[in-house]
Amino acid sequence: MQKVVIIGATSAIAEATARLYAARGAQLFLIARNATRLTDIAADLRVRGSQEVFHASLDVNDLDAHAHVIEQAWAALGSVDVVLVAHGTLPDQAQCESSVEVALKEFSTNATSTIALLTSMAPRFEAQRSGVMAVISSVAGDRGRQSNYLYGSAKAAVSAFASGLRQRMAKVGVNVLTIKPGFVDTPMTREFKKGALWAKPDDIARGIVRGADRGRNVMYLPFFWLPIMLIIRHIPEFIFKRIKL
Amino acid sequence: MSKTGQSWGRYPQADQTIISISDRHAALPSVAGSALPHGNGRSYGDSCLNDGGTLLHARALDRFIAFDPQTGVLECEAGVLFSEILDLVVPQGWFLPVTPGTKFVTVGGAIANDVHGKNHHKAGTFGRHVLSLELLRSDGSRRTCSPEHHPDWFAATVGGLGLTGLITKATIQLRRVAGPWMSGEVHRFKDLDGFFRLSQASDRDYEYTVAWIDCASEGNALGRGIFTRANHAPAHPDSRPTAPSRRLRVPFTPPISLINPLSLRAFNTLYYHRQRESVGHLTMHYEPHFYPLDGIGDWNRIYGPRGFMQYQCVVPPTRSADCMETLVKTIAASGEGSFLAVLKQFGDVPSPGLLSFPRPGATLALDFPNRGPRTLALLDRLDDIVANAGGAVYPAKDARMPGKYFKHYFPAWESFSPYIDPKFSSSFWRRVTE
Ligand SMILES: Cc1cc2nc3c(=O)[nH]c(=O)nc-3n(C[C@H](O)[C@H](O)[C@H](O)COP(=O)(O)OP(=O)(O)OC[C@H]3O[C@@H](n4cnc5c(N)ncnc54)[C@H](O)[C@@H]3O)c2cc1C
Ligand SMILES: NC(=O)c1ccc[n+]([C@@H]2O[C@H](COP(=O)([O-])OP(=O)(O)OC[C@H]3O[C@@H](n4cnc5c(N)ncnc54)[C@H](OP(=O)(O)O)[C@@H]3O)[C@@H](O)[C@H]2O)c1
Repeated sequence: MQKVVIIGATSAIAEATARLYAARGAQLFLIARNATRLTDIAADLRVRGSQEVFHASLDVNDLDAHAHVIEQAWAALGSVDVVLVAHGTLPDQAQCESSVEVALKEFSTNATSTIALLTSMAPRFEAQRSGVMAVISSVAGDRGRQSNYLYGSAKAAVSAFASGLRQRMAKVGVNVLTIKPGFVDTPMTREFKKGALWAKPDDIARGIVRGADRGRNVMYLPFFWLPIMLIIRHIPEFIFKRIKL
Repeated sequence: MSKTGQSWGRYPQADQTIISISDRHAALPSVAGSALPHGNGRSYGDSCLNDGGTLLHARALDRFIAFDPQTGVLECEAGVLFSEILDLVVPQGWFLPVTPGTKFVTVGGAIANDVHGKNHHKAGTFGRHVLSLELLRSDGSRRTCSPEHHPDWFAATVGGLGLTGLITKATIQLRRVAGPWMSGEVHRFKDLDGFFRLSQASDRDYEYTVAWIDCASEGNALGRGIFTRANHAPAHPDSRPTAPSRRLRVPFTPPISLINPLSLRAFNTLYYHRQRESVGHLTMHYEPHFYPLDGIGDWNRIYGPRGFMQYQCVVPPTRSADCMETLVKTIAASGEGSFLAVLKQFGDVPSPGLLSFPRPGATLALDFPNRGPRTLALLDRLDDIVANAGGAVYPAKDARMPGKYFKHYFPAWESFSPYIDPKFSSSFWRRVTE
């Protein structure tokens, strides 16, 4: 039976992923800041087949609280096969430009907290010598764009951090999986007009589970974002700075 | 997504703001103008639309709350689809107590239209199996309604067309089954008399009965069709077919309707003769039995950009035979025809909602490509026949019934009105009452 920890478990993508694990009978430990919704999600996952669902509240920006929650998760599950770090916010770029405080707070939510969590959990995975550390980054981290470069730079930090961690953990048989979704129809993107490039949380969830099962390294989800981002990354700066993206 | 605001008939078009509801504990969002809950948009006409207002999209309320595999009592949020319930409960030996002809409806939508299925003569409507529901109103009040608690609110909300408030969650009594298979018989009948005889003879021993009739042929072939009767099969039937695994999809909307008098007649004739013998046995998986159309995604697109209209009526038992004959003749003579005409006898199990559609008698459901005034004129003629016989037309499938007939079909509409949430309205409700 698989043992799975999910941080940011109330996220739409995380919830869809948890359902896939629940259907397999997995044991789950859910972490998020909204206790009522956590309780609802836990009940749902039990009905869907999860052997056991634990949960704990955490605001990821409360760095001092990380160690205790991680301890609780390992204490409840014994060992962990998969951890998924999924929390995030989509900052208002204009606000990030006018307030240093907002910019750093958003950077903390999307990058610092994630780096802290992965750092705290790495020794436990090293000791286990097995498992998957999956983290949701974003295609937005592949190149900073004027429309959301605070978010983009935070996700770039997460992607680079995960890449280094992957090299380190490969030596002990632990896989680090970087997930780079494109546009996904979730509460985070509620205000956006949706078009043909938009995926459902379910699609991303299936990709995450497949990637974790197969020991993949970096996944663009859906796959067509790989060629799109390849092109975007290779546009020369002198052109890039003139276009609106 | 823009298309979420459409109804299944793709007619009429409506322009509305869509707000997704995903937290059942939160109060309703405050909106300018009126709001209407929206499930999965499987109603055909305008009862799930609110032109110029807001739709509260409830599909994201999709969590199970509790399921007891001993008793078959399921509690879930209102946006959960019937397909999701089946995936969960069939492997544990349970089945939906009542299901419409598509499994892509939400629990909330099924309650708000008090839907019926092929087992109406045994089980009545879906609302009869709702043990309780939670109703959230725009004033922030929440009521747990059941036949015992707030029975008046329960009766208003079951079949209440989404107008009494948002259903956030419900508790449903499922029914036991031994496995996913169905067994039964398929009979060919030559005319409507043949249908009524078969129906009479089957209703006692078969939980599910329904007939398809040929609405494109006139003269001798008028009213011929195929009657299916089935029960849930025992645990180990002789053969165990699997569910069809591949889902086909209509990838785009063709510029014109593919359904026209020629293709209709060909289809109807082929379909009738598909059943070679006059009687055949069937053992099949529940999916093709209950949901033959669900195998083809977005099939509503075949009617082209103008969409189509459904028409479902019921006429009382004493008038069933003569009325059905008149209806079918009128349709065949119009040349409008119907791709899928479905005929069934409702039983006399009372419906729990003030505005529930099912009542004793024979019910006929057909779809018509939207050819504008011609189609509307035909449906008006059908209304005259149905109203005259003391029957009714199903709001879930309606985009055009005149207000005077709605009030005639649903005399309880006036006692229902006080239960309408002051912030709620729908395109349908304004059309038939204003
Ligand atoms: C192929 C096909 C076959 C069908 N066969 C049958 C059949 O055999 N028998 C039958 O009875 N019907 C049948 N129908 C119609 C269908 O079952 C009903 O229209 C059903 O109500 C659709 O559910 P929905 O979730 O899509 O709701 P929608 O169509 O989105 O909404 C239906 C109504 O429910 C209300 N509503 C939705 N969610 C909520 C909520 N959470 N709280 C309060 N109100 C809500 C809406 O305001 C609206 O009035 C069929 C439809 C199709 C497409
Ligand atoms: N949607 C997209 O288009 C898209 C694209 C690329 C990448 N992503 C990434 O995918 C991941 C999941 O996002 P989603 O789309 O599923 O959005 P979502 O449903 O809005 O989920 C975001 C989650 O992060 C949680 N969160 C935010 N700040 C937190 C904090 N300080 N402490 C604890 N939890 C916090 C939120 O909790 P609350 O509910 O309590 O606020 C929420 O559960 C994110 O990392 C996001 O950046 C999304």
